[in-house]
Amino acid sequence: MSTELSRRTFLRATAIAGGGVLLSSFWEPLDAATGSKAQAAAPVLNAFIRIHPDGTVTIASKNPEIGQGVKTMLPMLIADELDVEWKQVRVEQVGFDPKKYENQWSGGSQAVPNNWLPMRQVGAGGRAMLVAAAARTWKVPESELTTSKGKVLHKKTGRSVPYGQLAAAAATVTPPDLSTVKLKDPSEFTIIGTPIPGVDNRSIVTGKPLFGIDVTVPGMKFATFLKCPVYGGKVKSANLEEIRRMPGVLKAFVVEGSTTSNEFGSGVAIVADGFWHAQTARKALQVTWDEGETAKQGTSVFDARAAALLKEPPQKSIRKDGDVKAALAKAAKVVTAEYSYPFLSHAQLEPQNCTAHFADGKLTVWAPTQTPEDGRELVAKVMGIQEDDITIHLTRSGGGFGRRLKNDYMAEVAWIAREAGVPVKLLWTREDDFAHDFYRPGGYHAFTAGLDASGKLTAFRDHFISFGTEKDFAPSAAMSDTEFPARFLPDLALDASVMPLGVPTGALRAPRSNALCFAFQSFLDEVAHAAGKDPLAFRRALLSMTPLPAAPPPPNRRPNTPPPTPFDPARMIGVLDLVAEKSGWGKKLPRGTGMGVAFYFSHRGHFAEVAQVTVSRKGELKIDKVWVAGDIGSVVINPSNAENQAQGAVLDGLSEALGQEMTFENGRAVQSNFHQYSLMRMPDSIPVELHFRKVDAPPTGLGEPALPPAVPALTNAIFAATGKRVRSLPLTKHDLSWS
Amino acid sequence: MKYKLKVNGQTRTLEAPEDIPLLWALRDGLDLKGTKFGCGIAQCGACTVLIDGEARRSCITPVSSVSSSSITTIEGLSKDGSHPLQRAWEEIDVPQCGYCQAGQIMSAASLLAKTPNPTDGDIDAAMAGNLCRCATYLRIRRAIHRAAELGKTTASAATGSGK
Repeated sequence: MSTELSRRTFLRATAIAGGGVLLSSFWEPLDAATGSKAQAAAPVLNAFIRIHPDGTVTIASKNPEIGQGVKTMLPMLIADELDVEWKQVRVEQVGFDPKKYENQWSGGSQAVPNNWLPMRQVGAGGRAMLVAAAARTWKVPESELTTSKGKVLHKKTGRSVPYGQLAAAAATVTPPDLSTVKLKDPSEFTIIGTPIPGVDNRSIVTGKPLFGIDVTVPGMKFATFLKCPVYGGKVKSANLEEIRRMPGVLKAFVVEGSTTSNEFGSGVAIVADGFWHAQTARKALQVTWDEGETAKQGTSVFDARAAALLKEPPQKSIRKDGDVKAALAKAAKVVTAEYSYPFLSHAQLEPQNCTAHFADGKLTVWAPTQTPEDGRELVAKVMGIQEDDITIHLTRSGGGFGRRLKNDYMAEVAWIAREAGVPVKLLWTREDDFAHDFYRPGGYHAFTAGLDASGKLTAFRDHFISFGTEKDFAPSAAMSDTEFPARFLPDLALDASVMPLGVPTGALRAPRSNALCFAFQSFLDEVAHAAGKDPLAFRRALLSMTPLPAAPPPPNRRPNTPPPTPFDPARMIGVLDLVAEKSGWGKKLPRGTGMGVAFYFSHRGHFAEVAQVTVSRKGELKIDKVWVAGDIGSVVINPSNAENQAQGAVLDGLSEALGQEMTFENGRAVQSNFHQYSLMRMPDSIPVELHFRKVDAPPTGLGEPALPPAVPALTNAIFAATGKRVRSLPLTKHDLSWS
Repeated sequence: MKYKLKVNGQTRTLEAPEDIPLLWALRDGLDLKGTKFGCGIAQCGACTVLIDGEARRSCITPVSSVSSSSITTIEGLSKDGSHPLQRAWEEIDVPQCGYCQAGQIMSAASLLAKTPNPTDGDIDAAMAGNLCRCATYLRIRRAIHRAAELGKTTASAATGSGK
């Protein structure tokens, strides 16, 4: 890691009341040129463990918990290397504090790669200090001591002492350099690799307040915020006087919003004694809007523009290898097809909310956010206050899925709380949530593939129609130059054209991959059938080609994160073979039943999946089962959560494919609540069988990479069962009947 | 308006607007935050509570309509998380984000009270109104079956008594 060049990390021990010890790791910046200690910067605390005299250990969890299991996983890493029993551990969610903690965000399935070494080093450093304390107490060499289950042992004399009794002595031990502490051999893990239930489970099943929506602050009032239904629109006028006279209403005012950030829109805020008072007043609210330019946009406009752009030459080239035109001219067979997919909403179940108190120039926020650091930056900017004057407490989030990477609700409540002069909880309605998402963008693809006489793929072209400007794609609307089969064919072109977009877009679980995988892995399936090849064997053969070298990856946006995991075709072949074996790929199935396969590399994970479906002659679809083979490195840290995440991701992908679509008319969202936006329900849930292929590589995350292949595995299975190729989503738009 | 509600075995009074749904009376009036707001139109089930033993969506239930009923929320299912459903949920490690789970458990409590040994079909029918955005359905199903087993060996089986 590059960070090792700029600093060293140490543990520091501090005695705490009652005889315990607090272990904090801290960074000691090094002079980059000489490697010597830099003078100016003071040591900075970044993580901690508290060992109590009674043997319990409190471990801080620093990242936002959004349902991905990080609040359990990060402490598991520390506890295992500390060598305590999990039953001794109490987990504490800490607030946002970049002076103490690194990488306090949740997204991109990055918690495992970012923390796998640093958190284990913190635990191992703590263990080393306890061993040193025991050695000093017993006057024996450290080399004669071992640890187990929260005790230091001296086998020679049969002595043992619980950590709790060493806490005070450990507080006086010289702190170790964490880059040099000895980590466990994986064979010695006692917690990592074992199923550990979520640490908040008891609170969840007993209804304890945990989530952002549950926050209560003394003197708190409740706000609702009505924004212009057209993105970027502004308030012209509103019947504020009438609203202010309604029961329980304390304030009603216009928030101008930002002209530069789409995370702080214009609208009318109502602050009231209760959420229901605020809602009741809102029903009487009459606002005249200046809707702006985006009012001209909508789904039918996008579709028409895409059709026109597909007839024109591409505006830009994403990748060009060889001469695809010449290669297609030489092809024995040319396959063409157009694919498209809709905008999607995140629909996380806890509506956006945030609580804030502004007093004496300082702001305190209680936020269900995935990115507190981005939130602080945004709030400081829109409020015109210093980042150091903002304190952010982290709450559990009722789902993230990428929606809470954005902090619009934080900016809104900060502004409203300052204006109101009292602590305020802002709560969006579900309708607010559907109307003001940062949507997964839709997209369109025109593919052309060339096959030689033997059925081998020789040329590949995609004209991708997306959103953005000449310079940049809209957020999450881009395609990279390594989109498979790029690099695996000598003659390939990935081209793009864009149209302007006023609808906000952003990352939805497995951003870009969740859409591109459907289009590319479906078209490759089509090409395999056109070539007369088995779709799995066809993919395997493509992966066996020697790839062109990959360009160096772009630098990570967030500092102090490990370098990217490269796509490894051998690892992908490994999971393809595994899923083929587990699903019984190739077995004879009756007409109307079929299997489909797809693979995808995203978020450092290699995944291959097979779906089996049965479609009645009338076209009723039943998904029988999905088999998943995943490669996320050498160890699955928490197998219970891993299974839950992977199954959930697969069902999430299927749910998107089956019935989800956001449409827009006159610059505003059409779908307003769950009656118009279909999420999978219990009767539709289907078995998902999961297998991990463990390889010698650092472990990586699992929130996202199981999702993308589920969609084309399903649509390819529908083709196998019915002969009907699904080239657009959702499936509710398709007649799957066959005869 | 002043309302008297029988919630989790206790009679509670609160001052609230006339048309307030039970959900907001519970959450903001009585500080029972376990019952969750998801959609406001009885589509997601996050707000499910038991009203006289029946699973009902508190977001569309006017508080004025339940003043003579016995209401059980997730907080009243057991004192200490010992209800078979709560134990099964923990044992199977059901939650991901956890936001829907109180509503899921309350719907399941109503199911088990009437059908102590539900089939998968019974579970599908009883649970179809409860969305889980994380799609923990496979584990919810397992946990309901497990709770049915645990219920057989527990004197205070299946239903939330509020005691």
